[in-house]
Amino acid sequence: MSTILSIQNLRKSYAGGFDALKGVNLDIEEGEIIALLGPNGAGKTTLISTVCGITMPTSGTVTVAGFDILSNYREARSLIGLVPQEIALEPFEKVINTVRFSRGLFGKQRKDSAVEDILKRLSLWDKRDNQIRELSGGMKRRVLIAKALAHEPRVLFLDEPTAGVDVELRKDMWEIVEQLRTDGVTTILTTHYIEEAEAIADRIGVISKGDILLVEDKNKLMARMGKKQLDVQLTSQINAVPDALAAYDLTLGDDGWTLIYSYDVNAERTGITMLLNDVQKAGLQLKDVVTRQSSLEDIFVSLVNQPEAAQ
Amino acid sequence: MNWTAIRAIYVFEMARFFRTIAQSLISPVLSTSLYFVVFGAAIGSRIDQVEGVSYGAFIVPGLIMLTVMTQGISNASFGIYFPKFIGTIYELLSAPVSFLEIVMGYVGAAATKAMFIGIIILITSFFFVDIQIQNPAAMVAFLVLTCISFALFGFIIGIWAGNFEQLQLVPLLIITPLVFLGGSFYSISMLPPVWQTISMFNPVVYLISGFRWAFFGIQDVPIVTSLLAIGLFTSLCLGAVWWIFKTGWRIRQ
Ligand SMILES: Nc1ncnc2c1ncn2[C@@H]1O[C@H](COP(=O)(O)OP(=O)(O)O)[C@@H](O)[C@H]1O
Ligand SMILES: [Mg+2]
Repeated sequence: MSTILSIQNLRKSYAGGFDALKGVNLDIEEGEIIALLGPNGAGKTTLISTVCGITMPTSGTVTVAGFDILSNYREARSLIGLVPQEIALEPFEKVINTVRFSRGLFGKQRKDSAVEDILKRLSLWDKRDNQIRELSGGMKRRVLIAKALAHEPRVLFLDEPTAGVDVELRKDMWEIVEQLRTDGVTTILTTHYIEEAEAIADRIGVISKGDILLVEDKNKLMARMGKKQLDVQLTSQINAVPDALAAYDLTLGDDGWTLIYSYDVNAERTGITMLLNDVQKAGLQLKDVVTRQSSLEDIFVSLVNQPEAAQ
Repeated sequence: MNWTAIRAIYVFEMARFFRTIAQSLISPVLSTSLYFVVFGAAIGSRIDQVEGVSYGAFIVPGLIMLTVMTQGISNASFGIYFPKFIGTIYELLSAPVSFLEIVMGYVGAAATKAMFIGIIILITSFFFVDIQIQNPAAMVAFLVLTCISFALFGFIIGIWAGNFEQLQLVPLLIITPLVFLGGSFYSISMLPPVWQTISMFNPVVYLISGFRWAFFGIQDVPIVTSLLAIGLFTSLCLGAVWWIFKTGWRIRQ
């Protein structure tokens, strides 16, 4: 795979002196879906705006397929489609005209079959002659996506595509992104919903206070950072952890019916076999054992609270 | 030069115009007709002739200029202010277009609209007065240049404006008085000497004088001066646009 987007030491200070990006480095591979996860005000929109040309970088370089976003802005921007966070559309214009406009604005010759294809894929074909103001919020978001795709970009930015969107539409949105992947479109989406990143991304970047704390393969991230928990359910109730098991740092749960053991999945020895042996030796009868993995949410919260955990 | 993009902006802006064609035309045509009735019929019956031209015909070039200038400014300023206001400017900023191309699309469309309305006014005036245009080529050239330069000026106002009040304030407070005091309805030579001198500082005087010369061959100032004045005004606007482009003023943070 080749790198389609490369961001190096990107800094952005707003006019008031506020440092919204503090030296971001990020390489994105062609064809992947990457989710930038971060709380409000982390700098997600600023990062996207800077790459897309809406704000000027204070320093650093960004290249898209090798084209610098400043010195080769025409080539770079032709490859990018942007779906902004806020819905912004001409209320009195027809759906199909705004999509045609976007295509032309990005320098592509008018091609009705391409526009038709995009509108159909986004379930907007029936609405093509409607004025934008007649559409529901969800439909407007689709129009924004259609506009962003109108010039057949290779990289698509989706800035919080599902913020304030109902469950149904969110699922649709995920499907659209998945479909774009089969066309080879690289997608960078920002979100503060962890389940969204978990559901559709190949890689996850965590951004907080203008810094990217880490970028990692989603599954590896969960495995690396993940703590697992083993619940040992007993056939009889106990009121304290037996002294023989003190070394395992267990807690008692479920009113004394369960022993809870936390371990690191990455450790060479998880200690599970020994624990189960010792439980039996302590004279306890096992009813069942259950393991649970901590969610991305736990990982995220711990990262944002203590960034050094990323290393 | 990304001509496809310029055309896309132009077509999109013109679509906005044609969507509201009735409003776009009714108001200027109606107000022009009123000017003819009030100034042409009421005052004209007392003034009779100005430098050999019937008063009704004399005011036609000024009326067209008045309309074209205000239309050029309001169309272009609104055209670029509206995307800023509703947020669709993000698309212009993220598109592979240069600032020059954005200017050409918006100013081109605004100038076309102003031109269109100016021609409608001219046609309307044929119903009220008898006019012969002595130098049609010069008339068209003046009209086109005025449309473009005032659309450029409007574009700058649209970029500068932070709210709708500011958007309307400039045309209202600056342009309307300048145009009314620019000899639309009278010849500068009809004024007392002091006011004649003051009028020479009003750039609109030169435009109307030149435009009127194309119609009737009469002028308040030499035609060369008129051409220099409109050239200067266009250059100033182009300079300002260039500066905006260089600094990203009020567009890119
Ligand atoms: N135009 C601006 N001027 C000054 N500060 C801004 C501007 N836009 C955003 N910021 C600040 O930059 C920080 C990052 O904002 P943003 O990129 O919108 O975050 P996110 O999209 O992650 O919620 C915030 O603290 C915000 O207040
Ligand atoms: Mg944001």
